[in-house]
Amino acid sequence: MEITAIYYLVPALIMFCCGVYGFITRKNMIAMLISLELMLNAVDINFVVFNRFFYPEQMEGMFFTLFAIAIAAAETALAIAIIINIFRAAKNIDVRSLNEMKF
Amino acid sequence: MDYSQFLSMKQEIALLVVFVLVFFYDTFMPKSTQKGLPVFTIVLTLLATVAGFCTCCLGTADSVVSFAGMYETTPVIAAIKGILNVGVVIVLIQSIKWAGSDSMVVRRGEFYELLLTTLFGMYLMISARHFLLFVIGLECASLPLAAMVALDKYRYESHEAAVKYILTAVFSSAIFMMGLSFVYGLTGSLYFEDIYFALTGKMSTLLVVALTFVISGIGFKLSLVPFHLWTADVYQGAPTTVTSYLSVISKGAAAFAFLVILAQVFGSLYSEVWEGILYALIILTITVGNLFAIRQRNMKRFLAFSSISQAGYIMLGVIAYNTMGMAALMYYILVYIFSNLAAFGVISAIENATGKVSMDDYKGLYRTNPRLSFCMMLAMFSLAGIPPFAGFFSKFFIFTSAINNGSIAIYVLVLIALINTIISLYYYLLVVKAMFISEDECVIPHFRSACSERIGLWITVAGIILLGIVSCFYSSLLDMASVSSIGMYFIG
Repeated sequence: MEITAIYYLVPALIMFCCGVYGFITRKNMIAMLISLELMLNAVDINFVVFNRFFYPEQMEGMFFTLFAIAIAAAETALAIAIIINIFRAAKNIDVRSLNEMKF
Repeated sequence: MDYSQFLSMKQEIALLVVFVLVFFYDTFMPKSTQKGLPVFTIVLTLLATVAGFCTCCLGTADSVVSFAGMYETTPVIAAIKGILNVGVVIVLIQSIKWAGSDSMVVRRGEFYELLLTTLFGMYLMISARHFLLFVIGLECASLPLAAMVALDKYRYESHEAAVKYILTAVFSSAIFMMGLSFVYGLTGSLYFEDIYFALTGKMSTLLVVALTFVISGIGFKLSLVPFHLWTADVYQGAPTTVTSYLSVISKGAAAFAFLVILAQVFGSLYSEVWEGILYALIILTITVGNLFAIRQRNMKRFLAFSSISQAGYIMLGVIAYNTMGMAALMYYILVYIFSNLAAFGVISAIENATGKVSMDDYKGLYRTNPRLSFCMMLAMFSLAGIPPFAGFFSKFFIFTSAINNGSIAIYVLVLIALINTIISLYYYLLVVKAMFISEDECVIPHFRSACSERIGLWITVAGIILLGIVSCFYSSLLDMASVSSIGMYFIG
C-alpha cells in the first residue's frame, strides 16, 4: 500500500481540531498550553507534507517548519514564565480564577 | 550573497543600532549614570525617526526589493514606519515618570528593550513580502508585548492580563499559520507575488477556509469584533504606558500589514471572498465596540472599547480598496496615534499622581485640574470626530475613500459607520460631561504633573489641532500612496 499525502493531512487536521477543542474546554492553563502546542505541531506537519508530496523540488515548507518550531518554543517559554507568576500570586493555575477583570 | 542588500533596510538597521546602544547603556554603564537611560533612549529614537523622515521627504527613499524578493521598502512603507516611530517617541516621553517610579526603576531597561524589539517586529511585518518573514515579524511583535504587559510584577491584574494576552495571541497565530499552510498547499510558494499570480482566477473551498483563517489570525491582533474579547481585559490590566503602546502602535502596524496582505496576496479574491467577510466584520466591530463602550466606568476599559470601534473605522480604508483608501488609512493611524495618546497621557498622569482610573473620579475635574481636563476634552473631540480637530478629517477622508469605491453595499456600510459616529459621540461626551458639567466635589486634588508628561501632552495637543488643518500631511501621504507598488493591485 502506498502512503499518500492524505494519510498525513487527516491526522494533522484531527490534531488541530483536538487542539482547538482542548484550548476551549480545558480549565488548567498548562493543559491549554499543551493544546496550543498541538495546534502548532499540526501546522508544522501540514507544511512538511505539502512540501514533500506536492512541491518536492524546493524546500520552502521545511524552512517554514523549522522557524515555526523555534517560534513555538519561544511562545511556550514565555507563557510558562507568566503562568508561574500567576501561580505565585494566586496559588493555582485554574483559568476560572482569572476573573479579577471582566465586562 | 550580496551584503549591500542590508543597506536597503535603513530603518530596521537604525532601530537595531538604537536597541544595541540602549542595551549596552542599561547593562554596562555605572549606576550613577543610569538616571539618564530614559532620555538617552528618547534621543536615540528621535534621531532614528528624524533620519527616517529625512530619507522619506528628501526623496532618497526609493522602492527597493531585496533578499530575493522577501523584503520590500517603498516611500509609503518608509512613511508608515516613520509614523509608528513618532508614536513610539511620544509613548516614551509619557513613560518617563512611570519608568522612574520605585518599583520600575530596576526594570525600565527591559521595558525599553522589549519595546524596541516589538517595534522591530512590526517593521518586518510591514516590509515583508514573504510569509516566513511576516510570521517572524508578527511573533517578534506580539511575544515581547506579553512580557511588557506582565511588567508590573507586584500587581495581580498585570499577570492576569498577560496570560490572557499570550494565550489568545498564540491561539490566533496558530490559526493564522494553519491558514498559511493551506495557502502553501494550494500555491506551492510563500512569496506574496507568487501566491497572487497562482491564485488569480482560481476559486476553491479550501482557499476560502485558508483566507478565513488568515483574516481571523490578523483580526485577533487588530481586535476586530468576533476576536476582540481579550482587548478590554488586557488594556485594563497592563501598565498604562504599555496599554497606550498596545492601542496605537501595535494596532496601526497590524492594520497596515492587513491591507498589504489582503491587497498583495489575496487581491484577486476581493469581490468574491474577502469583501463580504470584511463587510460583516466592520459592521460588527464598530457597533459592538460602541455599544460596549457606553457601559464602561473604568477609563482604560472605556478606551479599549473605543479603540475596538476605531479599528472598525480603520478597516473602511481596507475595504475601499483604492489608493485613496490606503492614504486615508495611514492618515487615520497618524491622527489616531495623537488623539489616543493624548487621552492616555491624561489618564496616566492622573493615575501616577493619585492612582484613580474610574470615570466617576473624573467628575468635576475641571475645577481642580483645568489643563488636564482641557487636553482630555480635545482628545475626546478628536476621537469622536468633531470638526476643527484632526479626528474629523481622518474620518472624513476614510469615509470618502470608501464611497469612491462606488458600490451600493459600501454606501450602506458608510451610512452605518456614520450612525455609529453619532453613538460614539454620546459616550465620548460622557467623559467631557463628567469633567466639566458635573456638580460633584472632585476626588482628585489639584496636582502639577511631571515635566515629561506635560511635554507629551503638548505634543499630542499640537498634533490634534495641526494635523487636521495643515493639509500637507494628507496630500503627501496620498502622493506616496499613488506611486506605491501596492497601487497596481487596486481596482481604481
